This record gives sequence, C-alpha cells and structure tokens, in this order.
Amino acid sequence: MKAVCWRGRGSVEVETVPDPKVLNPRDAVLRITTTAICGSDLHLYDNFIPTMQKGDILGHEFMGEVVEVGPKVTNLKKGDRVLVPFHISCGHCFYCSGNMWSLCDNTNPNARLAEKVFGYSGSGIFGYSHLYGGYAGGQAEYVRVPMADVGALKVPDGLPDEKVLFLTDIFPTGYMAAENCNIQPGDTVAVWGAGPVGLFAAKSAWLLGAGRVIVIDSVDGRLRKAERDCQAETIDRREKDVLDALDEMTAGRGPDACIDAVGMEAHGATVVDHVLDRGMQLVGMQTDRPSVLRETMLACRKGGTLSIPGVYGGILDKLPFGAAFAKGLTFKMGQTHTHKYLRPLLARVEKGEIDPSFVISHRLGLADAPAAYRNFRDKKDEYIKCVLKP
Amino acid sequence: MPGTLLKVAAKSAAGPGSGLARAADYAPPTPTNVSDAERVVSLGVGGALLLNAVAGKHLGLLSGLAGGYLLYRAATGHCPGYQALGLSFAGGTGPNTAVAADAGVKVEHAVTVNAPVEEVYKFWRRLSRLPEFMDHLRSVEETGATHSTWTAKAPLGMTVQWKAEVVTDRANEVIAWRSLPGSDVDTAGSVHFRMAPGGRGTEVRVSLKFDPPGGKLGSLVARLFGENPDQTVRADLLRFKSIIETGEVARVEGQPHGRR
Repeated sequence: MKAVCWRGRGSVEVETVPDPKVLNPRDAVLRITTTAICGSDLHLYDNFIPTMQKGDILGHEFMGEVVEVGPKVTNLKKGDRVLVPFHISCGHCFYCSGNMWSLCDNTNPNARLAEKVFGYSGSGIFGYSHLYGGYAGGQAEYVRVPMADVGALKVPDGLPDEKVLFLTDIFPTGYMAAENCNIQPGDTVAVWGAGPVGLFAAKSAWLLGAGRVIVIDSVDGRLRKAERDCQAETIDRREKDVLDALDEMTAGRGPDACIDAVGMEAHGATVVDHVLDRGMQLVGMQTDRPSVLRETMLACRKGGTLSIPGVYGGILDKLPFGAAFAKGLTFKMGQTHTHKYLRPLLARVEKGEIDPSFVISHRLGLADAPAAYRNFRDKKDEYIKCVLKP
Repeated sequence: MPGTLLKVAAKSAAGPGSGLARAADYAPPTPTNVSDAERVVSLGVGGALLLNAVAGKHLGLLSGLAGGYLLYRAATGHCPGYQALGLSFAGGTGPNTAVAADAGVKVEHAVTVNAPVEEVYKFWRRLSRLPEFMDHLRSVEETGATHSTWTAKAPLGMTVQWKAEVVTDRANEVIAWRSLPGSDVDTAGSVHFRMAPGGRGTEVRVSLKFDPPGGKLGSLVARLFGENPDQTVRADLLRFKSIIETGEVARVEGQPHGRR
C-alpha cells in the first residue's frame, strides 16, 4: 500500500510499504476513505517530538471501511464504515473506566520510555513517535486499529466523511478545551490560535454558553475564518498589543478563560521573546517555545482558567508562574479524551448544530502529502485544514 | 551458582537430553567462594598476564597459565584453591533460601491492576501462565501441587532450566517460591496481593532474587544483551496488568513502516 512516511526534519515521502494485518485479537484493519493532516503533525514534521524514526507512517485523523477484524472484535464486521479516535484506549483500565481515555494504562508498548520522560505513560497515539507507542498512522491506504472494539465508532450512512472525520481529533479537542474552561453564562473566552483546534474551541465555547468569544492570531485568512465561521471578535497581533487589547475589550477585568490552541511552536509574543526561545531550543536548554502560554498567564482574569489543548512536549523556560499564583489561576490541559465525546458530538452533527467541514481549506490526494505538509507548515495559500483521499 | 555459565553453554550446545547435559548435571559443585571485588581484580590481572603471554614476553607459558586461572576465578566466582583450603569469601547459602542474602540480583516492583484481588491472585497462581508476561521465561510446567519446572531464555539463544517449589501460598495474599538445590540458576520469588484503596483494584508487589549464571559478573554480561533485570521485571508487570485488564498486550512488532 501507499503511506506517508516521515523521513526527517521537514521531509515526508509517500512510500510503498507492506499492508497492515491483524496482530492482536482486538485489532481491526481499515481501508481508509479520508484522512487529514493535523497541526500537531507539524510538530513531528519540524522534529520537535523526540523518538521519531525514519520510515514511520504518519497520521492520526482517519476514517474508513473495516476490511478485517480480530477474533475478539464482535461489534464490528467487514464493510462497516467507522471513524477512529487519534489515541488508542483499552476501555478497561482505571483511566478508561473513569472517562480519562487518553491516559489509558495499557496501550503504549513503549510505556517504559514514556515513564522515564513523564513519570507515567499516557495512551498510545497513531503515528505520533515511539514515545507515544510507535504505532503506524493512518495517512495511508490501510491502517491497523488496535482495541478496535472500543475505539472504532460506526458512522450513520447519511453523513459524508467530511462532516464526521474531525470527530477523530480536532473537534473533540476544541470542545474539551472549551469544556475545561468551566464556562459560566456571560463568560468571555479568549482563544489563542485560529487553526482548526482554535476554531473548534471558539465554536464550542458558544455551544457551552459563552457570552463573548475573542480569537487571537496573525494570519489574515485565519482571522477572517474566526470572524465569519465562528462569530468571534478577533485581535490581529501584528497590529495590537494582545494584553492591552484584551484588557480594553473586557473593561479592565481580563478574559474569564484563556485557551492556548497554539502549543510548543509558538511564534513569540515579542521579537525578543521569540529570538530568546529559539536560541534556547537550539542549544537544548528548552524544547518548547511557550510564548503563548506566558501571554495567557498574564492576560487571564483573577481566579480564571487556562485551558491548554496546544501540545507541549518537554521543558519550558521562564513562565510567569508568580502571575498564575497571584491570580489563583486554574490550569487544565492534556490530550483529549476523545472516546468520551464521540457520541455526544456525533449527535450534535446529526442535529445540524455544527458542520465540522467548515475548517477544510484543501482537498488533495495522498500523493500530494509532501507539498501539503510544507504549505501547511508555512501557512501558505491560506492553509487551514487539509484532507487527503487515498 | 558458579561454573554454571560453562555448564549451561555446554548443555545448550549439546541439547537438554544429551549425555553431555547429564554429565554436566553430575559435575561436582563449584560454589562461589571469591568476593566480587576480588573477581574484578582477578579479571584485570588475569587479562594482563594473558596478554603478556600472547605477546611472548618473559615466562610466557607460566603467565599464560596463571592468567587463565585468574580469568576462570573472575568468570565463575569459584577458586579451586580456596575450595581445597576450605575457604570462602563470598556469601553463603542457608538451608531455607535459594539465594544468599548478599549474592545475586534482587528486583522489587509493584503494579496496580484494575481487577478484584481474587482474579489477580488466581491468574498468578497458575504458574504455567507466567511466560505470557514474563519475557525471560520460555515455559513453566507445573509438575505437582507445589512443584514446577521453569525454562528461561539465556543470552546467545541458550536456555536455563530449574525446578522450583511453592513454599508459601495464602489465597489472595501471597505466593512465594524458590528453586530446588542443584538448579542451574538459584532463584527465589514472592508476590503479595492487596486490595488497593478506594476501589482502585489490586496492588501487586513482586520480589525476585536470582543468581544468574556467572554470579554478579554474569549479570553485567547479561546487561550487554539488554537483560537489565530491573527493566525486565517492570515491563513484565505492565504486561501482566495488560493481560488481566484488556486480554492482550499492546504491540507494534509486525506492523508496516517505510525505509528505515
């Protein structure tokens, strides 16, 4: 089959590799009908997530048709059309039982490695480095899905791929980010980053009762999308000081909740910030550039909540923790517990409350992946979300 | 038990049922009687003497023999000279333990399994299932209510076998076992079970002691083969937990990838 393989920093290639097969009793194999490139794939592309190996198959947002099931998968059969969450969860451990699916105890074969870095290991993730399990991803013609009996969700016939594909990651991720804000009626929610997760967070904030949604970015196409498709007010950080603007817009209170939908590869709040962070990253003194996180800590109102769906991978430097302490902030973060949101959010799509396909900017073939990665990373051509049809 | 490295190698090469293997089992015991520090010194001095001999410098034959003798002491921890004199500078083995207090390798680890204590105890008590999650084991054959034969993987594709008995067995509390005298590997182990607080399942605490072939030096050699015992046991327990909780062990071997 054809698959998108990681070859090193800034390089992916479509290669011919063996077809996947059932390896464990709870596995299924899918023929992929639609897959997508996620913003977090760019962290792999830029080589900021350690433990990638040349030849690793990328992709954790995909859906398709079941072509094979293991002996213990009794709820799926050949021909079923399913979507699959980006992380693999067993459904039986303490964490899965407690609806904390992305913290699953049993799905990272490299848990020992992750324990060394993180203390304890979360779940395995498709196509997301060996630290997260070393699973082959779904930017391919076929994919093996472990624990398919609890992961794969059957999709109602009437709904096209593009309307449901993003239930695998970015829609629940944006939704959980908004849910983590514990939104009260009238709350102002500020979202940093108008990429797909930020846009879904903005939409979800409305769904959860926000009184006002403000989106911060520096790319014209993305700011327009936030205004047009998410009914958000926007701050263009090229034009305004973000902290001043937020203070002014909230009449001196600050946003009730701040969402960092940017993560580890932020472009600095100030040029000095950015140059310092890049330098630190280059000499290995920090792995992540936390300029957005710093800004959210300063911007948030007293007693407010910081919600962090943006991915961080390692060590952060110079966080204004005193500000967070002085203002009694609450931090909520982590990989999305996708399984928890699949059915409720599918119901919202079925009812027409939201059409997730609004984020799609490009529709391409698998062979176009190398160019798509490059253009997405460089934010060329108003790239927001690219889906690939194998 | 010293000398076993050679014995195990000979038996593996000749096959378990061969005359050589039987002869090796009847070979006289060669107890560890050289301290670890002295074994390291023996290794250094013996190596130097051998090199000297090979280089053909003064007293070639004599230093070759002496070097070989010291290297044997280093590798096996056994000194025939000390044995003849009735001396030992290594820890002894008491009658009720398979591994002396200061000999061998000890590993302790704990894991919490999200299942009732009865189920977790029952799974472990069927010793024949241990190889499903203990990576270093090839098989455990239960030969009676308390007796069993264990076969483990050793470096270089060899196997090591020993007979063991369960010495303590209290349902849902503890299982303890030890190898019987005359085994290739001296080993003892215990596993304690306890209900975790607040309905969090069962706490499983494992303690394993073993004296690998070639003593502590042997374990250093073993580590070169990726057999770090501490890592091994931790990984074993994660697999144990996975099998009980999910019915399988997460794996990625056998899945496709591009050019490496």
